[in-house]
Amino acid sequence: MNENRPSTIYVSATRFTKLAFVRLGVLPFLLLIAVIIFALMSDNFLTGRNLLNVIRQSTYLTLVAVGQMFALLTGGFDLSVGTILAITSVVGATAMATAYTAMPDALILVIAIGILAGVSAGTFIGVINGIGVALFNVSPFMMSLGMASVGFGIALYMTGGTPVYGMPMEFGDKFGFGTIYGVPTPVLVALFFIALLFFMVNWTRLGRYFYAVGGNIKAARLSGINTKLTLFLAYVFCGFMAAIAGILLTARLDTGEANIGATMPLESIAACVIAGVSLRGGIGRLENVVLGALFIGLVQNGMNLARIESYLQIVVIGVLLILAVVADQFRLRLITSMQD
Amino acid sequence: MAKLAAKSDQNSGLPSQEHGSRLLLDLEGISKHFSGTLALDNVDFSLKSGEVHVLFGENGAGKSTLISIVAGAQRPDQGRFNFRGNPVEIFSVHHARTLGISTVFQEFSLVPQLTIEENLFLGAEENSFGVLKKSALRNKAREVLDQLGFSLSPNQRVAYLSRAEQQMVEIAKAFRSELSVLILDEPTASLTDQETDQLFTLIEQFKTKGVGVIYITHRMNEIRRIGDRITVLRDGHKVATVDADVSEEELVRLMTGRVVDQIFPSIRFQPLDTMLETNNLATADGAVTNVSMHVKRGEIVGLAGLVGSGKSDVARACFGLSRASAGDVYLDGKKTSESSPRAMLDQGFFYVPADRRDEGLMMMRNARESMVLAALSTAEYSRGFLLRRREETVQTEKIAERLNLQPRNTERIVEHFSGGNQQKILLAKSLTRDVRLFVFDEPTVGVDVGTRVAIYRFIGQLCEAGAAVLLISSDLPEILHLTHRVYVMCNGVVTAELSGDEICQENILQYCFRREAVEII
Repeated sequence: MNENRPSTIYVSATRFTKLAFVRLGVLPFLLLIAVIIFALMSDNFLTGRNLLNVIRQSTYLTLVAVGQMFALLTGGFDLSVGTILAITSVVGATAMATAYTAMPDALILVIAIGILAGVSAGTFIGVINGIGVALFNVSPFMMSLGMASVGFGIALYMTGGTPVYGMPMEFGDKFGFGTIYGVPTPVLVALFFIALLFFMVNWTRLGRYFYAVGGNIKAARLSGINTKLTLFLAYVFCGFMAAIAGILLTARLDTGEANIGATMPLESIAACVIAGVSLRGGIGRLENVVLGALFIGLVQNGMNLARIESYLQIVVIGVLLILAVVADQFRLRLITSMQD
Repeated sequence: MAKLAAKSDQNSGLPSQEHGSRLLLDLEGISKHFSGTLALDNVDFSLKSGEVHVLFGENGAGKSTLISIVAGAQRPDQGRFNFRGNPVEIFSVHHARTLGISTVFQEFSLVPQLTIEENLFLGAEENSFGVLKKSALRNKAREVLDQLGFSLSPNQRVAYLSRAEQQMVEIAKAFRSELSVLILDEPTASLTDQETDQLFTLIEQFKTKGVGVIYITHRMNEIRRIGDRITVLRDGHKVATVDADVSEEELVRLMTGRVVDQIFPSIRFQPLDTMLETNNLATADGAVTNVSMHVKRGEIVGLAGLVGSGKSDVARACFGLSRASAGDVYLDGKKTSESSPRAMLDQGFFYVPADRRDEGLMMMRNARESMVLAALSTAEYSRGFLLRRREETVQTEKIAERLNLQPRNTERIVEHFSGGNQQKILLAKSLTRDVRLFVFDEPTVGVDVGTRVAIYRFIGQLCEAGAAVLLISSDLPEILHLTHRVYVMCNGVVTAELSGDEICQENILQYCFRREAVEII
């Protein structure tokens, strides 16, 4: 049976790949494959302009995915992130339009009111999710699925299904299409929050507690950690980040829409899982999640350039998610079976 | 019953060997690796028909691995496996069952939501074209239970049975088909004396029918009563196979590889002021009904009792993990008002749980994070809400050095450490903050002798440094050799407080069973 023994080079190469896979997860491999494929399919893909485009387009997903990471870290997930985008957009746009007609001269105040109203409304969904999961022990699946329906219903009811117009032009110009020193505003906003959360996750007690609660909630409780508060905050953070994404997307669209964000739950969870965030909780790095979201943006962009039909693109994202989960399972098994 | 066993006798019509010494099982050079550690190393084992062969050894010695190989739950990496003289390869538990090898595991393989009869025939239901023959199953279940003399009704749901009754169902499950090898893994751990007698009568009957029994136990008197031969395992090696009339000292020497004095340190006790005191404590879940006890600084107090006696629950209630329904807890002379782990930790009370995987460690994260988890709120490891990560690294490395963590790499994932070193990481958690009262719940479960010695020395040092230590343990030698005073618990109440020469095996065991004895009368 053992006639064709693999050569030592082959063995060490597989061992290296295995180690890299365990350390880094599936993302670097997927990234490499995607870049090669799309570079071959389209000449425009590997241009600086296109890559900047990818970053700008991925901003919204990045923000949502970074928030989603907190829910995943604690061993849950949030299926209502899409709804949070919608309700933020609708409430923010309505508040801003109303304030604009009331006081057309106080531009900054009007925009501030709109942003505040929208972000508060979106975060509020996260607060309810947090209360349900942390206090009433509702499973994150049911809680966020239920809230997704509630939020979507409210957003549709408020608008009757039609877009909300009437926001000041300046809002869209600044937060949707504006640039500061050549960098798009949404990207700057995203960078700011990513930096803030990166610091929080790695250098504060609260950040560590998210990992602890996901890593072993009973051990966390025995170690004197307020596990309910930590769980609650995970969903509030998730809601807040989705709300920020919602308000930025509203600026980009110049209208309040109840129908945005439908793909966000899937795409944000996919971004996290591809980035090595464990669905069992306790494992995940923020910088990888950012890369994961960029990867999805990259794939979508590449498929657009390669003229792959948009319906087929949805198929590809779903397949990628499942592949990532399979890889995650495989990786966990490798971790437990390997010595180091 | 006669029918069950007689049939298996006929199956085994091997003409070559004379009756009585026929080998049912003959394992040679069995080895098994688990993630880099050698759980079994070149182990030989044989089982004759009609004998009770006792497997003896410490936790982690390889007993469980050996029986799971015989039972078909694991497959050996190396070695030969002969069944009735023929080499076989057992693929699964189901395959083992069809050969007549049945196991009663310590962990029950019962589905609580199903009834006894559904559990008995789970996976082997009689049916015609996929439709269950319910009345036939009911009758068969009745038959098996009657043969065994268990007074259980087949349509009771398992969830509502007591632990002992569930054990009976588990045993009955092994008897549902023809039997030639029966494996019992500490079957009496949760049985009363009466039920144990019943089980032993059954085992005697099976012996006469030629069934071979592999029996795992820690209890010397059981070895005397039913054992024929004993195989002693240590650290995955077979140390010896001896006849059951070997002396107790010899067995302990074989099991641990050293004499008792080398395992347990001698500890100087200097009892000072009372650190923990409970007054008629009862818990809301009923696990503890009335416990009054106290632990002083500078002494190690043992808390002994059987599984389900409520011994862990006392400590858990004090630590704020379960709600007390009556009675008071005094910490350092002050009555505790708010009972939560956080409040207890802040007052210098540290509870080290029994199950490190379930309640102690973050298995998929590194050792450092688990070690400092309970201390992150202290000034040593955080300033305001900011973590002092450098301090974390420095301190945990010192602690790893002190506990001789192997390998000494605190950035390693907990899961990758051996069981003994995981236990050290668990103990390390209590060293990252200022603790005056240590409660150790089964501190040496599943660790090898070397680690055991280290843990005992560690506990002794804490006590001599003036800390109060409460040691909750099911391991009798631990209680006997380490403690200064002992409380024995049974069914939620303290049945005895022993100190000095009163701390002996007979006394403790007697009080462990006391209440049940009274109830039977």
